[in-house]
Amino acid sequence: MDTILKIDHLNKSYHDMKSVILAVEDVTLDIKEKEFISIVGPSGCGKSTILSILSNLEKKSGGNITFNKENCKLGYMLQKDSLFPWRTILENCLLGLEINQELTQENKERVVRLLETYGLKDFMDKYPDSLSGGMRQRVALIRTLAINPDILLLDEPFSALDYQTRLALSDDVYKIIKQEGKTAIMVTHDLAEAISLSDRIVVLTKRPAKVKKIYDIHLTDKSSPIHNRKCKEFSIYYDKIWRDLDVHL
Amino acid sequence: MSTYEIEHQQFLRKKKREKRLILFSQIAIIVIFLVGWELLAKSHLVNTFLTSSPGNVISTFVSLHQTNGLYNHIWITVYETILSFTIATVIGIGVATILWWCPKVAKIVDPYLTVINSLPKVALGPLIIIWVGASINSIIFMALLISAIITIINIYNGFMTTDENFITLLKSFQAKKSQIFFKAVLPSNRLTFINSLKINISMSLIGVIMGELLVSKEGLGYLIMYGSQVFNIDLVITSVFLLGIVSYLMYYIITLIEKKLIKK
Repeated sequence: MDTILKIDHLNKSYHDMKSVILAVEDVTLDIKEKEFISIVGPSGCGKSTILSILSNLEKKSGGNITFNKENCKLGYMLQKDSLFPWRTILENCLLGLEINQELTQENKERVVRLLETYGLKDFMDKYPDSLSGGMRQRVALIRTLAINPDILLLDEPFSALDYQTRLALSDDVYKIIKQEGKTAIMVTHDLAEAISLSDRIVVLTKRPAKVKKIYDIHLTDKSSPIHNRKCKEFSIYYDKIWRDLDVHL
Repeated sequence: MSTYEIEHQQFLRKKKREKRLILFSQIAIIVIFLVGWELLAKSHLVNTFLTSSPGNVISTFVSLHQTNGLYNHIWITVYETILSFTIATVIGIGVATILWWCPKVAKIVDPYLTVINSLPKVALGPLIIIWVGASINSIIFMALLISAIITIINIYNGFMTTDENFITLLKSFQAKKSQIFFKAVLPSNRLTFINSLKINISMSLIGVIMGELLVSKEGLGYLIMYGSQVFNIDLVITSVFLLGIVSYLMYYIITLIEKKLIKK
């Protein structure tokens, strides 16, 4: 498969009055088209910073980011759904298109179709406060997909949900992303989630974040994330990555 | 009828009784107060020259009504209040927007805003009269000093406490600053607007009355001042009553606007 995104010797440092804090150091990574890649690492190591830099929310301090596609569009799905309470579900989903001034009839119909496909049609004209946490997060995903991004950036997309909802939703999100044929980069602290969803997992070191290891995940049964958790290889990966993370309290 | 329904009926009756009791007590308080006041005045236990009496207030009200001056005074006060309220709202939203837009400007003017806000504006009264002149302009200026500053501060604080997640989300769509303002900051601050309108209308009225006490030949503030100078306590108390009614009505109109806006 072709590489869609090249991250080359990426550096990021933060400044305050007393010191310079190095958050990301020399991260090099190739992301292939339609691949689901997860970034795991100790908490506070700078995983999310990488996504913020990719999506232009923060400036990089050094290195290169190259997209191997013209006008490569990124969709960022945040930890909190941040649905606007004064907008209906449909209006929320159209937000990105409004901002990019691409709110054509065609695009709007596409968003309506997405909502239909993923079981939110009946809620289109409702306001977010009438939806459950899992549904809200699904709406957030569709809001991200509405601008038709080439790469999805997922920043701990399930961490605000309870365990059951989380399992069910990660199954859903996985299916949606695969069906829509998107490339996805997910940041998570949940190893099980990472292994069950990803094609590859990047393990980062403690701050400053460096690439420690990259795993290709091969599971015997690749039907759905919930099934993946039952594969015998699952726990082997889990053990290995856990040891890499080197967690000490 | 099932037991649930009976229980529900009892619940409703209890709520109704409670409501009636509250209303009854509210009316009782004012009636006892007015009747007691009138009786004390009639039996010469209090000196009506100092305390007036409900009867005197009513006759003062009637005579003001007959000489046609009453509505003019009320109108003048209401007009000045609405004028300063409107200008203060425009200034408040405008300046708050500028401060939100240019954080550096906000940082620069912050200490000045704080000082002006904490300064008792009455202290500037004499200066305002000298500079602006003893006219309606002084009154409006006074009211603006009081209401505009607090409106600016309230609305600006509202803007600044807009949910960071909303802004991050819009930024992730590469939104421009103007888009962030119109798509997230303004709509998420509807409550802030209503609250500052409420504060603004009260502050405007306070400012107007203060202005009228200092200068002016018309308005409820003038009536109060004039009444006290000629030691006509009947007139002073009548004006204060009218002022209470006027301020309640204006506040009530804002709550009506609130109900319209808060539908969703």
